[in-house]
Amino acid sequence: MPKQANFAAVDGLHTFPRLLFHHAQVRPSEPAMREKHLGIWQTWSWLDVAERVRALACGLASLGFKRGDNLAIIGDNRPHLYMMMSAAQCLGGVPVPLYQDAVANEMLFVLQDAGIRFALVEDQEQVDKLLEIKDQLPSLEHIAYDDSRGMRHYTQPFLHDVHELMEMGRIHDRNHSDFLNEEVEKGHFDDVSVMLYTSGTTGKPKGVCQTHAAFIAAAQGGAQVDNLGADGDILSYLPMAWVGDHLFSFAQSLVCGFTINCPESGETVMTDLREIGPTNYFAPPRVFESLLTSVQIRMEDAGQFKQKMFHHFMAVAKRCGGSILDGKTVSTADRFQYWLGNLLIYGPLRNVLGMSRIKVAYTAGAAIGPELFSFYRSIGINLKQLYGQTETCAYVCLQPDGQVKADTVGAPAPGVEIKIADNGEVLVKGAMLLKEYYKRPDATAESINAEGYFMTGDAGFLDEDGHLKIIDRAKDVGKLSNGAMFAPNYIENKLKFFPFVKEAVCFGHDRDMVCAFINIDVGAAGNWAERRNIAYSGYTDLAGKAQVIEMIKTCIEEVNASLAHDSMVADSQIHRFLVLHKELDPDDDELTRTRKVRRNFIAEKYKVLIDALYEGKGNQYIETEVKFEDGRRGKVSADLKIVDVKTFPIAKKAA
Amino acid sequence: MSRKIGDVILDLQNISLRFGGVKALTDISFDIREHEVRAIIGPNGAGKSSMLNVINGVYHPQDGKIMFRGQERKKMEPHLAAKQGISRTFQNIALFKGMSVLDNIMTGRTLKIKSNLLLQALWIGPARNEEIEHRRKVEEIIDFLEIQHIRKTPVGRLPYGLQKRVDLGRALAMEPQILLLDEPMAGMNVEEKQDMCRFILDVNDHFGTTIVLIEHDMGVVMDISDRVVVLDYGKKIGDGLPDEVRASPEVIKAYLGAGH
Repeated sequence: MPKQANFAAVDGLHTFPRLLFHHAQVRPSEPAMREKHLGIWQTWSWLDVAERVRALACGLASLGFKRGDNLAIIGDNRPHLYMMMSAAQCLGGVPVPLYQDAVANEMLFVLQDAGIRFALVEDQEQVDKLLEIKDQLPSLEHIAYDDSRGMRHYTQPFLHDVHELMEMGRIHDRNHSDFLNEEVEKGHFDDVSVMLYTSGTTGKPKGVCQTHAAFIAAAQGGAQVDNLGADGDILSYLPMAWVGDHLFSFAQSLVCGFTINCPESGETVMTDLREIGPTNYFAPPRVFESLLTSVQIRMEDAGQFKQKMFHHFMAVAKRCGGSILDGKTVSTADRFQYWLGNLLIYGPLRNVLGMSRIKVAYTAGAAIGPELFSFYRSIGINLKQLYGQTETCAYVCLQPDGQVKADTVGAPAPGVEIKIADNGEVLVKGAMLLKEYYKRPDATAESINAEGYFMTGDAGFLDEDGHLKIIDRAKDVGKLSNGAMFAPNYIENKLKFFPFVKEAVCFGHDRDMVCAFINIDVGAAGNWAERRNIAYSGYTDLAGKAQVIEMIKTCIEEVNASLAHDSMVADSQIHRFLVLHKELDPDDDELTRTRKVRRNFIAEKYKVLIDALYEGKGNQYIETEVKFEDGRRGKVSADLKIVDVKTFPIAKKAA
Repeated sequence: MSRKIGDVILDLQNISLRFGGVKALTDISFDIREHEVRAIIGPNGAGKSSMLNVINGVYHPQDGKIMFRGQERKKMEPHLAAKQGISRTFQNIALFKGMSVLDNIMTGRTLKIKSNLLLQALWIGPARNEEIEHRRKVEEIIDFLEIQHIRKTPVGRLPYGLQKRVDLGRALAMEPQILLLDEPMAGMNVEEKQDMCRFILDVNDHFGTTIVLIEHDMGVVMDISDRVVVLDYGKKIGDGLPDEVRASPEVIKAYLGAGH
């Protein structure tokens, strides 16, 4: 490898390629990336990674990749895909990661919009998707693939094995040994470093252009608040197209110098998590939810003695675990009990969850149920919420150690300024703001106001400690016909804390009462049913069982009881509900790829059900078309039972 | 598809097999070429599994010759067949239910293990290197069949479709030249069948393994095989490309009855 210029000495480490080559100099043999291959964790040191990035970048250059070109990256988290991001950045290009589980037609828009000429994809499956739509992508010139399995008979000249590409690059590098150093030196912190497409909860996806400076600022700020160092490990298993993964895996590992670990496959994440024992962990609330659900299911299957012990010590943890983690004063008796519990329950539980070494775990992407949040903190996992958008590098608010509250997302992060608009919308300003939406000056102008604040679209307020509390999407917050505030997300999150409820959709804007659709969790509810000898054949059958509906009803009544205590939302108690006959699915456009419900779409699609809810009918027949993963279609039909729920009188706030 | 189909690897000439007075196979001749996917089809009781058992050396035909790579095989025993590179999967899964997926596939390597029992038990010297090498092969198969997530799961706890895949994995572990698959897709749902088809074609393509396959699902057979032989009441009633076989009046008669 030709000698690398010492960028630190030249003019600072203000782009990602400079950071990468800096690490290769100061910690050449430390692990930079790991991947499990053939059952064994393979390690790449920083020097290895730098060598491959050089080879990839030169390979790209010899194919004609130029400054300003966009490069699509499609696949699961793989070392070569991360390296390719750096490689594109070295040449002043922009990596554009795409959601790998999207079908070809969903990718088409992004690929056209970004004018993609080069793509790196993971395997044959993704190559096939691109070939399917290649006719509609006249600009696409070269496709490289990481995994050559099944690719032997593809003879198209524009397909390249990534290893061949690196070989080409190495030759190019030997012949033009100054080329890459010069290219890297041309890179400026104000250049766009990555383009992340918004998930499209509203309209067509938009490409968010983020600069090196923005992501470096966000990564440094986060590392400073949570004391992240070079000795950490992160398990990178969330889609590379998601801003959270880009910040916590790519940007922070380059800023801090810790190790990225790529799981073997999507199904082995739990095993890999235990083997790696990451120090930093990032997951959306649903992952924490499903982890807790699986723990609860397994505890229900455990023996009497174990169950008693578990429940006793969980009560102890609930009482004092959070305070101990926050360093507050706790009585000696409780401390002793917690110590014992740590030995018998919490420690082993953390180990099972793969969280023994965790220094800090983050959750973001959606609001997390307070009970769920406290559970993890009480067993000694330093779980924190953070708040941010793709447009702000997922970096607006962070919860500093010792000041973690379940119902707020924390204080403004270093370098971030927050203002609440008159309509309750949260406005933010700082180095981490987007440069622009790609080719959409209109959208850029709409989202950044005259004073330079980004309008988040979330409604919230700052509490007495200056912590931000998010209620809902500003446009989702509606009013009931009596004028009371209706925040659907808030109620849905309360519902989703029950392990049996997988998804909930609440309606109530401009109506006289709140009604809800429920999706049951087949794992948890199925286990519950088996225990009671209720036979069922699949989701639709289970969802229609009278006992299951009755059980969901009691869950909703509990939610109503807790809503009645809070005068802000007491009118939003759920009056009627039904359990949907099919699971909401991104393939049917009912959820976004990040699994947020698309409320308006659902309201339109299931209009008959909503009418039935508000007309007071006792049941309603419905037939729905579903799309399977391979593109085939089928139909699901059921006669859904609609149930009335007990509501509670509104508790008046004591003065 | 651009697979190169080679010379005849196994030539069955005038095979007849009787159990007492029952004629299981009568005067059957067909050949199997290197690298091809060869299907044997026929109604229930046509003699398909018996044919597979003859190839595999479990049954010994009373009449006829079997030529394997140009040499006549007089009396074949299953373990000899295995040594010569013929491996198979079973209609009723015959895995070790209590053992993990990894260990089950590892048993497929038994024939390839050279070092003696004592060295293996002590896990020293050549035995150790050898086992590491075998484990690597097994991991490649696990990767190939996409069953990493169940590597350490006992086979008995797996759903049927995955057990079938493990069965295939074990057969692959001995790196066979000819792979005999006895109804690999029986009892599977559409998705599992599609997966299995893909794996069979991948094996054929990737390792160049010759595949002999018994299957009831006509759609599957016609899609993935290069040539098809049709048996009925122990007699051969058709042999050729899928389209030829589908058009043959005799085959239609055997499958659909004389009225059609």
